[in-house]
Amino acid sequence: MGSTPSLPAWEIRNLAHTTGFTSEQIEILHRRFLHLTDGKATMSKDCFDNIPDLESNPIKSRIVNAFFDQRNLGLQSVGTIDEITFENFLTTLSFFQHMGENHTKEDLEYYKTEKLQFLFRMYDINGDGKITLEELREIIDDLLSKTSNTEKTSSSIADAAMMEAANICGGQMEPDQQYDGITFNDFLQIMQDLKIETKMHVRFLNMDTSAICK
Amino acid sequence: MGRDRSGCVARSALLTALALLLCCPVAGNTAEQESHTERGHSRWGNETGEPQPGFHIVSLRWEKVQAPYVIALWILVASLGQAVFHLSEKITSVVPESALLIMLGLILGGVVWAADHTASFTLTPTVFFFYLLPPIVLDAGYFMPNQQFFRNLGSILMYAIIGTIWNTVTTGLSLYGVFRTGIMGKDLNVGLMEFLLFGSVIAAVDTVAALTVFEDVHVNEALFIVVFGESLLNDGVTVVLYNVFDSFVAVGAGNIQGLDYFKGIVSFFVASLGGIAVGIIFGFLLSVVTRFTERVRVIEPGFVFVISYLSYLTAEMLSLSAVLAIAFCGICCQKYVKANLCEQSITTVRYAMKMLASGAETIIFMFLGISAVDTNIWTWNTAFILFTLVFISVYRVIGVVIQTWILNHYRVVRLEFIDQVVMSYGGLRGSMAFALVVLLDLKHIHEKRLFVSTTIIVVYFTIIFQGLTIKPLVKWLKVKRKQQKEPLLNEQLHGRAFDHIMSAVEDISGQIGHNYIQNKWTNFDRKYLSKMMVRKSAQISRDKILSVFRELNLKDAISYVSEGEWQGSLAFMRSISDVNVDFTGPRYTALDSSNSAVLCENASEVCLDMQATENRAKSPKDREEIVTHHMLQQHLYKPRQRYKINYSRHKLVRSEDEKQDKEIFQRTMKMRLEHFKPTKLEVNHNATIRNTKKEKATIKKHSDVVPNKRTPTHSHALHKDKDSEVKDHCDPSDDGISFLITPEINESEETITGNIPCLFFTEEDQLVCQIIPLWTSDEGTIILSQKVNLQVPGNPNNFRHSSESIDSFLLADISKEDPLSESSV
Repeated sequence: MGSTPSLPAWEIRNLAHTTGFTSEQIEILHRRFLHLTDGKATMSKDCFDNIPDLESNPIKSRIVNAFFDQRNLGLQSVGTIDEITFENFLTTLSFFQHMGENHTKEDLEYYKTEKLQFLFRMYDINGDGKITLEELREIIDDLLSKTSNTEKTSSSIADAAMMEAANICGGQMEPDQQYDGITFNDFLQIMQDLKIETKMHVRFLNMDTSAICK
Repeated sequence: MGRDRSGCVARSALLTALALLLCCPVAGNTAEQESHTERGHSRWGNETGEPQPGFHIVSLRWEKVQAPYVIALWILVASLGQAVFHLSEKITSVVPESALLIMLGLILGGVVWAADHTASFTLTPTVFFFYLLPPIVLDAGYFMPNQQFFRNLGSILMYAIIGTIWNTVTTGLSLYGVFRTGIMGKDLNVGLMEFLLFGSVIAAVDTVAALTVFEDVHVNEALFIVVFGESLLNDGVTVVLYNVFDSFVAVGAGNIQGLDYFKGIVSFFVASLGGIAVGIIFGFLLSVVTRFTERVRVIEPGFVFVISYLSYLTAEMLSLSAVLAIAFCGICCQKYVKANLCEQSITTVRYAMKMLASGAETIIFMFLGISAVDTNIWTWNTAFILFTLVFISVYRVIGVVIQTWILNHYRVVRLEFIDQVVMSYGGLRGSMAFALVVLLDLKHIHEKRLFVSTTIIVVYFTIIFQGLTIKPLVKWLKVKRKQQKEPLLNEQLHGRAFDHIMSAVEDISGQIGHNYIQNKWTNFDRKYLSKMMVRKSAQISRDKILSVFRELNLKDAISYVSEGEWQGSLAFMRSISDVNVDFTGPRYTALDSSNSAVLCENASEVCLDMQATENRAKSPKDREEIVTHHMLQQHLYKPRQRYKINYSRHKLVRSEDEKQDKEIFQRTMKMRLEHFKPTKLEVNHNATIRNTKKEKATIKKHSDVVPNKRTPTHSHALHKDKDSEVKDHCDPSDDGISFLITPEINESEETITGNIPCLFFTEEDQLVCQIIPLWTSDEGTIILSQKVNLQVPGNPNNFRHSSESIDSFLLADISKEDPLSESSV
């Protein structure tokens, strides 16, 4: 693996600044990136097919899509792009960074919102700012195991979940009033007990494990 | 003096116990065993002992069958004991089976002793090492989840090697230190080396006991493989360490020179690595042999056992680590053996392996109990025993904490506090320690009796006391650490989705080293090993992706039928007057209808979620809510790290994860095929593709509901039976649009009439037969099979690779439009 081209120092510094990763982490992730792309500078969706464990993930395509979602990459437009650069890759991964203790309250709140925003976008595929019943049903469809899953189950669970959401967020609603989708604010309210800021982080290793694990 | 007195106490205690037991039915059994000692007054001995003149039509030839008869009887008693324990689920859920068996052994041993006043049956090292240990280790190796094992190899090796050495040295040295203070009495004739030797004996941690806890209590599953691997490897390490110290003792502490220490260290590595090498060689030999056993299906499974056993004996002969040899033999061969053998043989191997291992373990524990009833081996030294107990527990905890602390720097999945508790507290001592200590040579070790009795006490203490308390302890800790709040339906859904996301991101950002090695190995395996060791026929026939479909479709069909039974009752009721969803009616009926296969299966599942069980017990008022949540919990796909618990020595677990992986694989395939269809059509019928879009969308709606029963290879024939018109449309050269419309009409008609068999006839079949022509057409087959046949089937992991090769077909499609985004917009 010695021959992989490493990033120039200034670029690492830049990336470290924008994404908050340490330079070691960036180098490790860069090597990972190159491994996935077979040495190319950009990554397409096929590259994710090389990860065997991902294959058994029921929401694989959703997750892969998130990496190509322009909203996650700081672009304003809705939709996905075909290829991402390493910087984009890092940007997406930076949503999963661990929040240290040395942040102010506002910072933490901001990061929490960011993380939830990422999740929200994963559900809200068409980008209209609402998770509609249909979108909810689709994700439940993906998540439910086949043994119990019929069209009916998933849609009825979606109904139930939607009802619950409406109950929490909409306050008192008339029974016939239409609740047309979970907005991001509602989503925040639903997820507030999930302690997302403590959970949604992956441990990005600081050291290169390839040297240690033979 | 003290020793004698305690011996007397033990004897009288035993006698009183036996007096009670003598009248029980087991006594008949005892009478038979008595004769084994060939004492003159034995009833059976008398009858057969004096040959009487004359011709006998029937004669009793006890002596002829004596030895095997007694052995068979013991096995019967042990197995019966196990069966009886399992009659009551209550007992086995509280008291570990090993503890029950030991107690049974104690009772039986007592009976024998009372009748005979000698211990005629003990666990001898020969029997243990040559007949009882190999099946247990082979079983663990053969059922080892390889991928996980090698991924966590670093941690496993650390715990197995460093951990064992640490336990040995610290326990030995501390005991020596205490001995020097004089608390243990001055009359002990023990040196430092003897203490270290004893340390190596007592350090053999049998973590399998901890594994049983995992089945009931949900702990960090990354730990599972670590503990499992450790329990496998540290047996090997212990034996090697034991041999090193034993030879040191034999040489005599005074005569050891610097060079000898060096030699000891070298021999440690030679024995371990050599053992592993022998195991790998035999594993591959076994794989090659099974490649050519196609014609002798009946003896096929035998090869697996005989060659594995030979690896054990060979390593023993070369004074290498036999345990490591047979373990690695099992690890290496499993993949190829599963590919080569036919389905029945694989099942036979699996069951026979489990039977042997579980039987061996049963016998071991029972004999541990029996062996203790023997006044010859008992010597009591309170200080020594107490200090040993304290030291092994304390150093186990310290060792685990330190090693975990170090390892957590390198692991993506951390080992948490509760995992460390389980690991330290689950460090039971087992039969290995006992067999090793009995093996000690009285000539060199003058205090062998003390060591033996201490070992027995330690083994009993850990198995009975710790084994009894570990489950409640973990449960208590778990409950304490988990917040007592009922999750919302939404939270639960999003939380689960979130778990999947986390594991995916972990995969994506991955540990480079592991993946790199893994890729290299996969390539090597594909290029050379599989070609050499997997049957040609297996390479071709079993690897067709379609054969997966066959299996899955069958399953689908079954689940469809059972689903149909309760589908009607499943619908969520929605009361219009209230915003709340009412789950009461449907849920109860769903749970109560016992004739539904789906639900039966779920009911038998172990509830891993403590919260759910807790809640169920505590709040009857919103019980239906919980039922929903619980149902949801069970039916949601589990994220990768959560579902890998699948080893039990006594049960053959139909692994949940395999099912899940297959299911997900099937979905992905379905999506791909669906996605493949329009593009394929696009090639042939560029003009019609726009029109078909709508139909496709409607069909897709049904794709999840409708099982696809037909095996693709037969689909042509079946179509002919069903509907000759459709058959014609299946021809790829036919018009694409009518092909798509036909099933749509068909289906809607059939749905109305409720004709289930016709529902099996779905667009999936059409899809497949649409594709078959491509694969079977001239070049297609060759390319695919060459790529695919190197993979071994039977395991979704491998199919995944096969699916990659399909990717090459679909590569263009995927980059154009992702199936999911397409379907959801």
